[in-house]
Amino acid sequence: MREEIIVAGFGGQGILFAGKLLTWAGLIEGKKVTCIPSYGAEMRGGTANCHVIISTQEISSPVVDNPTLLIVLNEQSLEKFLPRLREGGALVYNSSLIEKEITRKDVEIFSVPANELAEELGHTLLANMIILGALAYYKKVVELESLIKCLPNLLVGKEKFIEPNTRALRRGYEFARDKR
Amino acid sequence: MEKIDMKPLYRIPQTLRYVPTHYCPGCGHGILHRVVAEVIDELGIRGKTIGIAPVGCAVIAYKYLDIDMMEAPHGRPPAVATGIKRVRPEKIVFTYQGDGDLLAIGMGELIHTALRGENITIIFINNSLYGMTGGQMAPTTLLGQITATTPYGRRIKEEGYPLDIMKTLSQFPGVAYLARGAITHPREVRKIKRYVKKAFQCQMEGKGFSLVEVLSPCPINLRKEPLEAMKWVEENLAKNFPPGEYKEL
Amino acid sequence: MSSSRILISGNEAVGEGAIKAGCRFYAGYPITPQNELTAYMAKRLPEVGGVFIQAESELAAINMVLGASAAGARAMTTSSSPGISLMQEAISYMAGMELPAVIVNIMRGGPGLGNIAGAQGDYFQATKGGGHGDYRLIVLAPSCVQEMADFTQKAFYLAFKYKNPVMVLADGYLGQMMEPAEIKEFNFEDDSPSWRLDGAEGREPRLFRSLYLPVEDLEGLNIRLQKKYTEMRREETWREYYTEDAEALLVAYGTCARVCREVVRLGREEGRKWGLFQPITLWPYPERRLKELGRKVSKVLVVEMSSGQMVEDVRRILGEEKVGFYGRMGGALPVKEEIWKKLI
Repeated sequence: MREEIIVAGFGGQGILFAGKLLTWAGLIEGKKVTCIPSYGAEMRGGTANCHVIISTQEISSPVVDNPTLLIVLNEQSLEKFLPRLREGGALVYNSSLIEKEITRKDVEIFSVPANELAEELGHTLLANMIILGALAYYKKVVELESLIKCLPNLLVGKEKFIEPNTRALRRGYEFARDKR
Repeated sequence: MEKIDMKPLYRIPQTLRYVPTHYCPGCGHGILHRVVAEVIDELGIRGKTIGIAPVGCAVIAYKYLDIDMMEAPHGRPPAVATGIKRVRPEKIVFTYQGDGDLLAIGMGELIHTALRGENITIIFINNSLYGMTGGQMAPTTLLGQITATTPYGRRIKEEGYPLDIMKTLSQFPGVAYLARGAITHPREVRKIKRYVKKAFQCQMEGKGFSLVEVLSPCPINLRKEPLEAMKWVEENLAKNFPPGEYKEL
Repeated sequence: MSSSRILISGNEAVGEGAIKAGCRFYAGYPITPQNELTAYMAKRLPEVGGVFIQAESELAAINMVLGASAAGARAMTTSSSPGISLMQEAISYMAGMELPAVIVNIMRGGPGLGNIAGAQGDYFQATKGGGHGDYRLIVLAPSCVQEMADFTQKAFYLAFKYKNPVMVLADGYLGQMMEPAEIKEFNFEDDSPSWRLDGAEGREPRLFRSLYLPVEDLEGLNIRLQKKYTEMRREETWREYYTEDAEALLVAYGTCARVCREVVRLGREEGRKWGLFQPITLWPYPERRLKELGRKVSKVLVVEMSSGQMVEDVRRILGEEKVGFYGRMGGALPVKEEIWKKLI
């Protein structure tokens, strides 16, 4: 098993947080993992992305050129990364902010109205967790419970955010399950 | 026989080594070394003082000062002193630097060490030129002054203006003590000693950055007899860089 | 899998490794791609009673480390290629004064300002001198986040053992990437009370000097240093992967070694007798072992993220004919398929 993932969106959408959580979940499931954020000058101009690899075998380069799985939270990132998605790969995208029709037929496509679902829970900032929750149902890269279990690792000193993030992960998962 | 109570009038400071000098006849370094050594003795801090020598004529100051010392790359003594002082805040740390080392290549370190209010002392010897390399222009070279690299005299249009560092440093809140003396007369040398002592005391009390500038003759590079050179310091250098205390917190 | 492993970036792993090896002084200056490391030290050092200074330049940073080291502290600075160039003068001073310090270079693409992607263009600078004068640094090359911590700790140990600056040479990818790692306490004895500057109370004054005007004095210092560098050759360290029966040998360090390891694994799955020789110490270069392995294989391919720097050492050791080269520049990563093509 080997998933090469790009998580992309606006700065401020919690892209790196989502990437790290995914990586942590892979780690506690006993997989080999790497995660590398876009950094420096690349961070300017408002977009952020991070590359995550989860594999049963040793990982050489942490950089993902052609992902097997693409998670995008805004339209700009979709335009940038969709052409790079591998044939037979999967796209999970935030339909609240992406209205464009997706024309690729050689990939699996899952749309999640992440901002709307997050707003129902009280804050759009939870959209990243909605998407990850949905991903856990659609692609089983990592288990929902692993994601939830790893939240405290990333929220040291910010424990009050564990509960809303947990709810958002579950909401995303349930949305995907009920939609099917 | 009548008993005479004899008091020594001259004694070599404990901190000053009894060795032949390598400085040129009429140079001010020897006098300033002695002043620093006397102050260290009088404050009783010989065992806890660490000195940093510059690149320049005073590079081997350790030959004369009987304390822990090190050399530093050209211009970097304030950074080296920062490293030492932060690791050993209970020690007294000073640098001894010339005008080229401190005000040309080392300007960045000086300004930022002063801005941080680093609790160290800088003894700054200003002879208006680069002594060791043969009398080139320094940031303190006066307008019209002839040096190896200003053979037509320092010109505003070509080389710009000399730097009065007292004016620059006195505006920084982290700077606790600033004074300038001149090696022109025993009376003036006694003033320098008072300034140096105050600077070290300022550090001992943890008040922050202190600097004492000392105008000093370099007869060889000024192409003057020792007395003439001293007179030149009094009549020219000290006119442009007036001695006195500039700041005391 | 150990439960005490955490997900941490290479940059932060260097910082935590250093602190757990007793590093209590850090001075640095912002430069990508190592900024997380400086920020990490700013946060962590005060927690352990250490000193953090954001210096006004790399010049100031390395000279603060020079002073802190002379005062006996376990001191470190970190930077990336252009900043490391600025530090070379003081590194030469430290080598001459025999002062221990750890310098970490998270290499980026060059020359000049270059870019902020990971690269390996500073191999010559790190291993062949960099600064002026006859001196050597021990250079350690990690290839994963765990080693970023481990080799930083080893660097402190070696720096104090030999009273010499030690460099950890990694690249931007290793600095930025997150991987699981376990960072343990690393204790070692050092004899700094016998040489540090802390005031001459009750003893003779001490001196760290750099100027030796009489020729015989400076030659004497150099002879002593060279003897020490010969002793430092004992520290040659490397790693081997499927080398026992290898017919073709890849030679790579750092991020390139990761890529080559995968190529070897994929090759072995197809029954190809490929192996990897990964130097850990880039200086001293693990020459003897490479020579032995070189005799047994028919083909050697050096892979670097540079125009070919380490390959000069490999060719010096194994000769020109046998040694091929594949390199990417400007921050590009080597491609598995390209390595594969060059091996078959």
